[in-house]
Amino acid sequence: MAVKEDDPVTGKQTTGHDWNGIKELDTPVPRVVIFFLIVTALFSTVYWILMPAWPLGVTYTRGLLGIDQQTSVENALIRGAIQREDWEREIATLPYDEIEARPELMQIVKESGNTLFGDNCAACHGLDGSGRVGYPDLTSGRWLWGGDPETVEETLRVGINSSHPEGRFAQMPAFGDGMLDRTEIAAVVSYIRSNAEGIDDLGELDAQGVEDGYELYAMNCAACHGEDARGNRELGAPDLLDAHWLYGSDRTDLFQTISNGRAGHMPQWEDRLSLVQRRILALYVGSLSPAERLEALDVE
Amino acid sequence: MIAQLTRNERHNALIILGVVGLAGAALGLAGRNDLLGYHGLLIVLFSAMVALPVIRALDAPEPTLDREDEYYDDPIRVGVILTMIWAVFGMFVGVWVAALLAWPELTFTDQAWASFGRLRPAHTTGVIFGFGGNALIATSFHVLQRTSRARLAGQVTPWFVLIGYNLFCLLAVTGYFLGITQSKEYAEPEWYADLWLVIVWVTYFVLYLRTLARRKEPHIYVANWYFLAFIVVVAILHIVNGLAVPISWGSAKSYTIYSGVQDAMTQWWYGHNAVAFFLTAGFLGMLYYYLPKRAERPIFSYRLSIISFWGITFMYMWAGSHHLHYTALPHWVQTLGMTFSVMLLVPSWASAGNALLTLNGAWHKVRDDATLRFMMIAAVFYGITTFEGSFLAIRAVNSLSHYTDWTIGHVHAGALGWVAMITFGSIYTFVPSLWGRERMYSNTLVEVHFWCALIGTLIYVFAMWNSGIIQGLMWRTYNDSGTLTYSFLESLVAMHPYYIARTLGGLLFFIGAVVGTYNIYMTIRGTTAPRAAAGDVPVGRPLAPGE
Repeated sequence: MAVKEDDPVTGKQTTGHDWNGIKELDTPVPRVVIFFLIVTALFSTVYWILMPAWPLGVTYTRGLLGIDQQTSVENALIRGAIQREDWEREIATLPYDEIEARPELMQIVKESGNTLFGDNCAACHGLDGSGRVGYPDLTSGRWLWGGDPETVEETLRVGINSSHPEGRFAQMPAFGDGMLDRTEIAAVVSYIRSNAEGIDDLGELDAQGVEDGYELYAMNCAACHGEDARGNRELGAPDLLDAHWLYGSDRTDLFQTISNGRAGHMPQWEDRLSLVQRRILALYVGSLSPAERLEALDVE
Repeated sequence: MIAQLTRNERHNALIILGVVGLAGAALGLAGRNDLLGYHGLLIVLFSAMVALPVIRALDAPEPTLDREDEYYDDPIRVGVILTMIWAVFGMFVGVWVAALLAWPELTFTDQAWASFGRLRPAHTTGVIFGFGGNALIATSFHVLQRTSRARLAGQVTPWFVLIGYNLFCLLAVTGYFLGITQSKEYAEPEWYADLWLVIVWVTYFVLYLRTLARRKEPHIYVANWYFLAFIVVVAILHIVNGLAVPISWGSAKSYTIYSGVQDAMTQWWYGHNAVAFFLTAGFLGMLYYYLPKRAERPIFSYRLSIISFWGITFMYMWAGSHHLHYTALPHWVQTLGMTFSVMLLVPSWASAGNALLTLNGAWHKVRDDATLRFMMIAAVFYGITTFEGSFLAIRAVNSLSHYTDWTIGHVHAGALGWVAMITFGSIYTFVPSLWGRERMYSNTLVEVHFWCALIGTLIYVFAMWNSGIIQGLMWRTYNDSGTLTYSFLESLVAMHPYYIARTLGGLLFFIGAVVGTYNIYMTIRGTTAPRAAAGDVPVGRPLAPGE
């Protein structure tokens, strides 16, 4: 067979083959294809001469530029360290109040604190730092262990109920475990709810047993939460009269808390964050308020 | 279908099914205290289900001797149906995982099987191996016979390849839901499924060669080179990357023989060449047959198809290391991966150009015919994706794009725009003649499918391009003080709108596939007029002198 035909559309000849009706034109390879094959091959050849490229048994061609990704990374890390060197030294060594008095340092605290917080803290405390059930609101200005930078830095360093040998330890015992019966727990709940600020859903039940509750409170709770129920930062015991509740403030939540106990967990960060990073976070967290946080995030 | 087999062949089929069933039973017994037990049982049930129709038709009349004068289309018809079933399944899971990324709270059960990590490989395997693989087997059988003017060299063998391959896909996907995985991307199935695929694939290869050897045409058409490259190289990749040692004969778990950076390099040599030879070479085989067939135009340049073929085949093999830029992989290997990726652009664009220039003289058909338009758009997306691939392989570009959604956008420009579109175009081209119909049940539905697919793809890739570039920039933006500007969580928040857009784009593409499946189903049911005469040249016409 192999009869070459002329294609009327292109005016070119076919190769003369025919596969179930499919034919091929005998068009030469367009010049542009050859051109770009040569260009890319030349580019590659030049690149091979300049860069590490071809294996030679146990070694390889190093390239005329002497570039190697290992040294490039090492150099970039050194350049970065030099760029941060001055302010890192100042943040690591200056007292907190001096840092706070230096706007250029506080600008760095704000920028890098935002990223450090997002990468390390936000998973539990939320991107805006407002926390959720079981994870404290860092924007409220209320603190379990204290909100000054030194204390926050220490909390970051050793964690709470963590694996750190110097870790902070705090536990709400399970009073339902043989210490108080259900009526007594209910009475304590009534006492707390009827005295706390910001509880506006008081019902009939809250009026029952308030006086018994006071006595029970004094015997069982005051040792940690204080006679005045204002909490104790030495022990990480929360203030029971303010409007902030880590595990909720309705009767069921409080009953659960007293009956079953609570023990939150904050990891220790000493092995993960450097001193500079912990100090930045301490300043950053201390300065958190919802407005500032939202501004930093650039979201409405 | 069984009536096409002689009684002897039916017996042989039963023997093969019996052996497979026994092997399944042995696996099930050895692995009765392991997840492997479920797969043993699955193999037994699968063999029994396939054996059932064979046993039923065991004593049916035998075929007449002139079956050798006809093309063997039964396995192709079943292959097309399986292709569409896998398409609907794989794309549905794709929409599901896309929705999970946008709204993680959609996880409706805390069962492990419904977790993202198990659904995601079910999506990739469902679409690549289920949809793509079945489409390749079906079209390769179709193209091979027509361009060789020879019937497939075997009566049971094509069934063994098709059904055996689907058993592999089934073991793979059910394995993910059970928690069985080798944890190698696109090579997740465990050792026993891998071994089974080796048997199936080598059979496929031998069948292809034997049929080519029977050809009545003096030359091997270029589509067959691509299909053959696809079969040969996938066999090599699969065997080398799959080398592993099971922890016992009774366990689904195995460990790869490679470790560290050698493992990573082998995996991405495999991974990139799976893209090259499974998702590119095989589908170029489709393109080279169905596009000129539908356009009724000669291929623009025979010579161009030759240099493209050898360019692609030679250069792709080196490119895998561009997946490992800036890693523990030695710098020189990265250089080679990058430079060969850049050179690879030329034969890739030559192929895309050859396809588009073939349409010269048929552009009015592209305008009017959605089937041909599917294939034209596929060639365009092939060009876009290969350009993007070479671009992303450049180390400096990769330092921005790597690990971001840009990669996902790139992959889907290829998978949706190129692979799926060329497949749908090819299927719409040959389904009517395969079932003896004049045309598809509804040309309007082909048109609907086309626009769903195109708009869905565009939404998808634009969303991922945006998302990926934003992500990459956020990850590398520094403050003047030398610290990172954004936390990872902030980059996630920035991704959210694009993840929603991606889900919508994917949903549109999925709806298109469902419409296509319905259209094919109605065509098979035969509501359009039967075709007067088959349009193919007959099998085995003797060669004229001088051929």
